[in-house]
Amino acid sequence: MSARAAWRLESLGFGQVYRYAAGKADWFAAGLPSEGNAAGVPRAAGAARRQVPTCRLADRVSAVAARVRGADWKMCIVTNDEGIVLGRLRARVLMANADASAEEVMEAGPTTIRPHERLESVVPRLRSRHVDSILVTDSDGRLIGVLYFEEAERILGEQGLGRGEEEAACACND
Amino acid sequence: MPTTVAREEVQRLVRDASAQLVEVLPRPEYEDEHIAGAKNMPLKQLDRESARALDPGEPVIVYCHDLQ
Repeated sequence: MSARAAWRLESLGFGQVYRYAAGKADWFAAGLPSEGNAAGVPRAAGAARRQVPTCRLADRVSAVAARVRGADWKMCIVTNDEGIVLGRLRARVLMANADASAEEVMEAGPTTIRPHERLESVVPRLRSRHVDSILVTDSDGRLIGVLYFEEAERILGEQGLGRGEEEAACACND
Repeated sequence: MPTTVAREEVQRLVRDASAQLVEVLPRPEYEDEHIAGAKNMPLKQLDRESARALDPGEPVIVYCHDLQ
């Protein structure tokens, strides 16, 4: 849509026309200033835990598990050299497959969300699917962090958008 | 030809070149939330008349939600 608008402006005689292709989703994900009725709502990017332990496909699970314990995490994300998410190793897998490679036992293609997504829409989805955490990646699949359901729900509560209000909001959108 | 720019360049153009930010989504989406300082000029209403709200002598940066 912005491409057509840019060309249209050129056709109207504007000589310096730029297109911000990543758009406001990218802007909001970076936490930059916004205006409007929903400005400042909590988003996945702001609530996600960063510094997530990562490993490569060929890494031995025993070594990965030791690192994850040391970092006080219960999962490890399998990425490539560019930080693109390839899989996830949960605690139960880390404890039971010491001799395997990450690639052999990882959960491939874990579900992800985008950093600009609003917690008020993410939390009900996580709750209805009984998901305790979800990966946050950019549109290229690059890892940004992990969003925990409990933490996201707590932030919503602090913002005055607790469970009751949030469900009411969802009902209004049905 | 319009030039595609990333976030850092958008910030630079607004800061250093007085670029005008224009959201081309429909009004309700703009009112919900938009980039601070942006004007709203929905694509369907973009014509010679509405474009008069912009200064043709300054850069214009258009955007929508994401890679649409």
